[in-house]
Formats: sequence, structure tokens, C-alpha cells
Amino acid sequence: MPMAQAPVLPRGFELPLEPRLPRIGSVDAVALEERAASLAKRSIKKEAKVFALELAVRMMDLTTLEGQDTPGKVAALASKAIRPDPSEPGVPSVAAICVYPNLVPAAVARVEGSSVKVASVATAFPSGQSPIELKLEEVAWVVDQGADEVDMVIDRGAFLSGRYAKVYDEIVRVKEAAGDAHLKVILEVSELGTYDNVRRASLLAMAAGADFIKTSTGKLPGAATLPVTLCMLEAIRDVYEENGRMVGMKPAGGIRQAKQAVQYLVQLHETLGPDWLTPDLYRLGASSLLNDVLMQLRKEKTGVYQSPDYFTVD
Amino acid sequence: MLRVPITSPLTELDRKKERAPVPKEWAYAPAPESRDVVSIKERYGHFVGGKWLEPSETYTTISPATEETLAEVGQATPEEVETAVAAAREAFENGWSGIAPAERAKYLFRIARTLQERAREFAVLESLNGGKPIKESRDVDLPLAAAHFFYYAGWADKLEYAFPNRRPRPIGVAGQIIPWNFPLLMLSWKIAPALAAGNTVVLKPAETTPLSALLFADVLRQAELPPGVVNIVTGDGRAGAALVKSEGVDKIAFTGSTEVGKAIQRELAGTGKKLTLELGGKAANIIFDDAALDQAVEGIVNGIYFNQGHVCCAGSRLLVQESIYEPVIEKLKRRLTTLRVGDPLDKNTDVGAINSKQQLDKIRELVEAGEEEGAEIYQPPCRLPEKGYWFAPTVFTNVAQSYRIAQEEIFGPVLSVLTFRTPEEAVEKANNTPYGLSAGVWTEKGSRILWMAERLRAGVVWANTFNRFDPTSPFGGYKESGFGREGGLHGLEPYIDFDGTEPFGG
Repeated sequence: MPMAQAPVLPRGFELPLEPRLPRIGSVDAVALEERAASLAKRSIKKEAKVFALELAVRMMDLTTLEGQDTPGKVAALASKAIRPDPSEPGVPSVAAICVYPNLVPAAVARVEGSSVKVASVATAFPSGQSPIELKLEEVAWVVDQGADEVDMVIDRGAFLSGRYAKVYDEIVRVKEAAGDAHLKVILEVSELGTYDNVRRASLLAMAAGADFIKTSTGKLPGAATLPVTLCMLEAIRDVYEENGRMVGMKPAGGIRQAKQAVQYLVQLHETLGPDWLTPDLYRLGASSLLNDVLMQLRKEKTGVYQSPDYFTVD
Repeated sequence: MLRVPITSPLTELDRKKERAPVPKEWAYAPAPESRDVVSIKERYGHFVGGKWLEPSETYTTISPATEETLAEVGQATPEEVETAVAAAREAFENGWSGIAPAERAKYLFRIARTLQERAREFAVLESLNGGKPIKESRDVDLPLAAAHFFYYAGWADKLEYAFPNRRPRPIGVAGQIIPWNFPLLMLSWKIAPALAAGNTVVLKPAETTPLSALLFADVLRQAELPPGVVNIVTGDGRAGAALVKSEGVDKIAFTGSTEVGKAIQRELAGTGKKLTLELGGKAANIIFDDAALDQAVEGIVNGIYFNQGHVCCAGSRLLVQESIYEPVIEKLKRRLTTLRVGDPLDKNTDVGAINSKQQLDKIRELVEAGEEEGAEIYQPPCRLPEKGYWFAPTVFTNVAQSYRIAQEEIFGPVLSVLTFRTPEEAVEKANNTPYGLSAGVWTEKGSRILWMAERLRAGVVWANTFNRFDPTSPFGGYKESGFGREGGLHGLEPYIDFDGTEPFGG
């Protein structure tokens, strides 16, 4: 099978790529973390908070990726995704539910007719340590089963050993195999070690055709953080400035509280601007965030906190 | 096996699925810090000998963000200044210079802790009277002010070790005149080392921002500092001049404009009084083409828009390597559109009010000069409040080294952008100014940082950061930016009599 023509990173991205991508550049860790911390201090109150919380719901990829997942569990999750708060019909549906390949048919059956999409992890998630042919077959299968979105992992082994072409080639071919399904490329940032690597991998993924770039599988500690997400947003911004292409962002893993979700949205708002405030371009990957957001929403509405027993556990 | 579906099942699904449209405007609701935490008296006198001295003349101090009157404060007459100096002299002779150094440390530690405890109160007052954003007074001014007292408290009983074989002794009465840009922080930079070394103090805060110093008098009461050790007189330049002229003062420490600094130096010539001056600046912030650009842009913003550019060491001249000029300017302009200008007490405000009408006029005059000279002006769209003193964040491009906006200190949120091609040219342009307070270098190359730092004639050179302060690090200028250092071990030196010996080998 022919390899896609991949650029070699140290020489820049300019080889076969039209239109051009931005300079790879570098990231200053101290200053990046400072900026992320200062954005996290924004004070979001009242109607601005309600706006953010509802947006967080709309942008959520409600996720279950466990060995113990069953069609029953996924069906329950899908119902929750469509109508997160049965007592508050005003609360919007979430963006998608994210499941393992085997659970795609169950998920698709359940969300049919709603606005909720089905995302499936694929490409030997979470490690990515399988032959490319098997990964492509897995991707084609989940799409065939009705997945709207595919969350793939990059080959970190290849990336860290400097075989960028292999990483690039894999993404290009997965993208082909995914067809019209939206492709989210998981960098698994906690295995990349430096912000410079995160930026490099972000640009590489976007060059290869990613519709979204995503921080983590959620299977490792230290998944999504505000600074690492900011680093990726800045890479997305540079691509947009260079060639006008709008790539989406998905932080995933470790976002459990409504307060964190608001911080991520503030960061998005002040880095990429209001055009990115849509589930088409931003997702929050989370398994336990939704109920906290619902609880905060109800508090904003009624002025008091309610017991967790008033929110369904799915 | 590669199986690419010919017609995607998604397109069909997509047609069925319609998401509710997402509203796009996300306006942050006001998030003001409560004013109730601080109570401002209607009228303040001078704090002399541990008591409030009823002033013979007064003026009103306002909030520059709203022009509302906050309080009536004293305009010290020469006689009132003399009373304060006499109180400081008495406290010096009868006790303070003779008590055990560890006792002095005790009071300084108490002051530091009290500042921490009352931080919120001080932060609100500082923003109210000075116009700076609450996030800065809360996160920068107050923690640093407390840190300075903690730091110098530690030195109070170790002076013999700080200056071995120099017989360090206090000088006597220090007259200290501070500016309006960091009222409480400058107070702490001045008072902490003076007291640690065993001196007594007469402090005159700036005309427009006296309130935090007057509230500080209450901290001194809480700390049970002996009366007369710190005296505070308020008023305009006339009060400062009286303090400079006073026979009873042994040392003058001044932070402010170069013009006034020069006048003070002339006045003191031949009097034997010691003098340190921390004056203006026109710092170069130098961006090399290998710098981390997004972070450098943050550094540019922090360098010039921090505290509305009312910072003597502000990075007011941006020197960008020509090969990255366009992306840097593009990124900078975009970043400016996200700056939130407005109510200083709102926790989301990035840029607050200009400190005074007088300063606003000066900024306007220089900005007009910049436009006339042919520089290209950019200001992000932002609605400025109608009342109060405001100026939008401003960037000038196409600036030539000869323009006034590249030479004179504007002391406002106005950045002048110049370009360079080689490191040599960057150094030459950076040093081509009458000032020399600070500089910034942005590059990923460690060796270049050291090469630049060796050649830049500035008291502080920041690498890949800007406007970062620490009590352990000395701060001060070259050339017309003044002389003497504040902070660190060096900051004690101007408050110590070395009995004829010179510290640090002269």
C-alpha cells in the first residue's frame, strides 16, 4: 500500500502541503501555564454562568469507556444524553455519546431521531499499538455501524521516536477510512512529555486532516489540563490564521466539575473567540461532569443547591 | 483492508438531526469586588508621632474611575512637615535606634502579617483610589507588599552578617516620597528596609493616591509600632519639597519622574544628605524570531498594559526582529481585542482607569504627537466609561527611533513598535535612550539571553518574562532612570551608615 507523502517535521511543514501551515515554533512552559492560570481566574456570574453551563451541556461528549459497558448501560447513557434533566426540559441535549466500537450499534439505535451523535473510539484505543490494517478496518466498521464521529489515537511510540511520517500517514489513512465521519485525533498529551511536543503533534494532526484534536484517552492520570488545552488552542489558531481552516478542540479526561468546564470555555472564548463557541468546534469529553453542571444550572435557577439524589445516575 | 463507504450514512443522519442554534454572544456579567470591606473616613489628617494631626489645609482625593470624591486629606505645610520630621527624630533618638535588632524584626513581621490579613481591604482601597484593576492589586501589589516586609524583617537582626566588618548603623531620619502607580507597594519598598536598618521615617504618598498609606497607619497601630517611627504626611509636590528641604532629614529616597528627581538632586547638592532616586524608563522589550510567539505576545501585553502602563519599568518600546514582525503584530492586535477595559473593581477587568486628569492629558498629548509624526495607530474597539479618566490600549507601528513616542516616557497604555535585523542592532537601539531601568529579551536560545544581558544597559533584564518582581532581587536604574537599588541586600545599603567604609568594595 502506498504511503501518503508526509512532511518531515524538522524541516517544517512546507513540503507537499497546500495551503501552508504555520511555523512549528516553540512553547514557553512557564508563560503558558501563567496565562492559563490567569484565564482560570475569570469570575463568571449569573446569566454569563448560565450561558456557559448550557453551552457546556451542548458541547459535552458523554462518555463511557469501560470493560464492563453493556448495551443496557449505553442505552441508559444515551437517554440521559438526549434529555439530561427530565425535570427541566429547557436543558439542551449533549453533543454526543462516546463509546467503544462494540457498543456503537446499541448507541445508534437509542439516539436515532435526536440531535445526539454517536462517537466511537477506534484504532486500538487507548494504546494504538496495533497494525495499521487492523486500525483501518476498525474505523471502517464503526462508521459502517453508524458512528458519526471517530476518536482515533496517534501512534505515540512512532511520534516519540521521531517517525513523524508514520504518525502523519496513519492519520491520513484513518481519515480516508472514516469518510464523512468526523475525525478526532487523540494526542494522549500526558505521554508526549513537553508542550513543544504537544504543539508539534497538534500541527501534525491538523496537517493530516483532523477535524478535531483531542487531549487524552482518559485512561491515564494527568489527562486534560488548562495549559495543555491552551497550547492546542494556540496551534489551532495558528492554522486558522495561516489558511482559514477551523479545526475543533476536545479536552477530555479529568474534567469533573462545572467550575472547570466554565474555565475551559472562558479559555476557548478568549483564545479562539466567539466563532468557536459551538459543538461543531468544541467538545468536552467527560463521564461524570454532566450531573455537576445540571446541579449548578438548577442552583442558578432556584437559588439553592439540591441533593445529588435529584439528578439521575446513569 | 480499507473500506471507505461510498455514500456516508452520516449525511442522511445529519439531515435528520437539527441542533438548537447556539447563541454566540457571551458577555460576562459584572463581577465587582465589594466596596464594603473597606471603610473610608470623611477626613484624614497627617499621621505624626502615632497620632492624627489636624491639617491646616486640605484637598479632596477622588476615584479616577468615577471622579467621585472619596475623602478629604491634608495638604501638609512646611511647618507640619517639620513637626513630622521632629517626631521621627525624637523616636530615633529615644528608643528606635537603640532597641535590640530582633525587636525591630518583631514589628516588621507583625506589619507583614497584618497586611496579609487585611489584604482584601487594602486591595479594594488601592483600586478605588488609584484606578488599577482589582485583580492586580489583589494578586500583585498586596502579596508583594507583604513579602517585602517579611523579607526585610529577616535582615533586621542580621545586618552584621549582611555587611561583615562594616559596622552597619542606621542613618537617622529618612524622608521618603513615593509615586501613585503602586502606592502601597512603593510604601513597603521604602519603609521596610528603612526600619529594618533602624531608621525612622517620614513618608509622603503621592498627591492622587494617599488613602492606602493612611490606612497603613492603622496597621502600624495594630502592630504597636512605637510612636514617631513612621510618620505619614500627605499633599502635593509642595509637601514633598518641604520634606526634601527639611534640615532634620538625613536621607531622601524618591521614586517618581526624572524631572522632579533632578530638582531634588540639585537641592540636595552639598547638604551631605544621602539620596537614592528611582525615576523614569523607556524599556525595550526585544522579541527574537525564535521566541515562543504566543507567550511573547503575552509578555508584550503584560509589559505595557499592566497597571495601564503606569509602570516605570514598562516595556514601552517593542523591538521585533523583522522576520517575525507581521505575525507578532497580528497576534498582538488580536490579543488587544480581548483586553477588558473598565471598572477597576470588577474582577474581570484587565485594564483600569488612568490615575489622574493630568496624566491622561500627558498621554493624549504624546499620542497626538505620535500620529503627527507619522506613526500608525491601532486601538481595539472598546467602549470607555463616560465618567472618569480612560485611555484605550494603544499600539503604534511604523515608529522611528527619532519620534517622541520612541524617546519620551508616556507612562500610559501606549506601545511603540520598532524593528531590528540582528542582535547587535537590537542592543544598539535598546540602549539608545536616556533611560536604563529595565529590558526584556525573548528567545529560546540561552546563550543569546546571556549575550544580550551583558550588553543591555538596564538595571533589570528579564528573559522570557516581564514585570516580575521579588523582594530578594535588587531593582534600580542606569543613567536618567536614577541610582541606588531597592530590594535584596542592595536595598538595605542606602539606609545604613557604614562609618566611612564602603559596602561591596565601593
